[in-house]
Amino acid sequence: MTRLGTVIRLAERRGARDAGPPGGSAVVELDALTVHLGGRAVVEAISASVGRGEWIGLIGANGAGKTTVLRAVAGLVEHEGAVRLDGKAAATMSRRERARSVAYVPQSPELPADMSVFDYTLLGRTPHIAYLAVESSDDLAHCTRLLERLGLADLAHRQLSTLSGGERQRVVLARALAQEAPILLMDEPTSALDLAHRVQTLEIVDELRREWGLTVVSALHDLTLAGQFVDRLLLLAAGTVAACGTPTEVLDESVLSAAFGCAVRIIRTDDGELVIAPRRSNGSSATPVCFVNPRSLSPTRPPPETGVHDEEAR
Amino acid sequence: MRARPLRGPGVRHTWIPMAVAAVLMVAISLVALCTGPVAIPPSQVLGTLLAHVPLLHFHTDTPAIDQAIVWQLRAPRVVLAGLVGAMLASGGAAYQGLFRNPLADPYLLGVAAGAGLGATIEIVYGGDSSALLPVFAFVGGSLAVAATYLIGVAGGRRAWGRSIVLAGVAVAALLTAIQTYLQQRDQEQIRQIYDWILGSFSVASWSDVTRVLPYIVVSAAVLLAHRRMLDVLRVGEEEAGTLGIHPARTRLVVVAAATLGTAAAVSVSGLIGFVGIIVAHTVRLTAGASYRIIVPVAMVGGAAFLIGADLVARTVQAPAEVPIGVVTACIGAPFFLVVLVSRRAARGVGVGES
Repeated sequence: MTRLGTVIRLAERRGARDAGPPGGSAVVELDALTVHLGGRAVVEAISASVGRGEWIGLIGANGAGKTTVLRAVAGLVEHEGAVRLDGKAAATMSRRERARSVAYVPQSPELPADMSVFDYTLLGRTPHIAYLAVESSDDLAHCTRLLERLGLADLAHRQLSTLSGGERQRVVLARALAQEAPILLMDEPTSALDLAHRVQTLEIVDELRREWGLTVVSALHDLTLAGQFVDRLLLLAAGTVAACGTPTEVLDESVLSAAFGCAVRIIRTDDGELVIAPRRSNGSSATPVCFVNPRSLSPTRPPPETGVHDEEAR
Repeated sequence: MRARPLRGPGVRHTWIPMAVAAVLMVAISLVALCTGPVAIPPSQVLGTLLAHVPLLHFHTDTPAIDQAIVWQLRAPRVVLAGLVGAMLASGGAAYQGLFRNPLADPYLLGVAAGAGLGATIEIVYGGDSSALLPVFAFVGGSLAVAATYLIGVAGGRRAWGRSIVLAGVAVAALLTAIQTYLQQRDQEQIRQIYDWILGSFSVASWSDVTRVLPYIVVSAAVLLAHRRMLDVLRVGEEEAGTLGIHPARTRLVVVAAATLGTAAAVSVSGLIGFVGIIVAHTVRLTAGASYRIIVPVAMVGGAAFLIGADLVARTVQAPAEVPIGVVTACIGAPFFLVVLVSRRAARGVGVGES
């Protein structure tokens, strides 16, 4: 990505941000979403809304509730509170209707070893094929175009077990995109990938989002990448919203340190992107790790030696 | 630019495996109709068959006795073996998809043990007439699977596949124990019971065909209609749910169809083993891994296989008959080992994966 490209992208994103919610046309709305698993509230009274064409990143420590929020939107866990998709209460939608509006990429998808890439992608057409019918030539053509678009055409006949990690991730994405759902949910889509493939996967998602006006909600571990790609971040801590806003607002040393229970340093690069690096308790950094109960969110500030300058980001 | 559809390796030539299976089925059927204590030439066999086609008014100069042999003795036997083979093979393929287990066969949920117990009860307590034997076998098999299903579902929806298979093992063990007890108490009937268990088409008649035909046709139609669903279910309950289907409901329908068809099939044929495993796996290895192809091809291939096995059963030791279950197991067991070894060698995957 050239410097100019980055600038344009940032500018575009800022434009999208201004147009997006809160306010505008919300495509995904969570209203006091609460999920109990094993008698414990894993997600507690989360309210949020995602605008059309927006990319929201869910970040937070392991167990903070990122996956559960995604699963609730996908209709995979029972929940209290409301999930509205495009203004319609998800609870009133049929499974088929829901599958046409939400596509879900789980963190560890089930990949039948001997299924071909093409057949796997074709599964994504299920919400568009009558229950007992088989795929039409339109469905086949749709999948063909999709695989070509994702650079997977050469792999169409390969068995899933023979793919590399990066190829697998793109194939799973292809199956989700084959649903033609306006909302794409992704749970840690890059966690198993190396750096180049992480960027590549997220670039594809970003391109398609712009091309097709997709609304994307993804859980992301890599905070630096999250800051580079998403419009807004929703930081979860112990099942509640700890912070919500643009990456520059949320990727704050004190906020992250409190939510993750680990000291972090935020470095701003020359072209304005944020790099989030952990601080070790000994060795190169002198800052001690602060263990914080995320629920209390007490602002234990590390010394501001490389502090963020919010003014710069505006 | 209009995209030219790319298709999976097994999808491009769907008609080839289907055509091979169909040609095999027709050829084996013809051989089976011609072969027996009285050899009848193919032309006379065809003439006899045509003479029985309604509205055709075909006249054949085949001797009446040969016509009777072909139409009254051999034809129902071929048709019944074909129906049972089609049912067992497609039921096996469906179960392998449903339980994501290559070792699954249509007897997985206890239909064989239930039918065996039902048949034993009829033979031991039913008196001289064996007219009710298929009814008892059918009811026994269906009840056994219903029990397995209810216990398995009670065992938790999350681990559905595992708990229902374990329930099947337990139900089958219990029913087999009861069946063995009844059989030991009444040793005079033991040979008749064994004859039924090992399977035979030696007394096949058109009335047997008409009795099982509705069940097998309905059940085969349901399995065929669900062939794409079996592919969808391969990604697991949760992901299949996000694709807009109800996995639990779909599974129940497939299990019910496979059970009714299998129970009807074994009620007239006895417990013929291995058909569901060998045929489905041969198709999988040669025609591709998609159930959109496996189910229909296994149906036709299963018919061809069982017609052939029945031909072997009645000719290899003629005039005596070898139980057909012995024939299928003699082919099935070695074949099965080959499949296992080749699967491991090809992909290094374990038996439990599918």
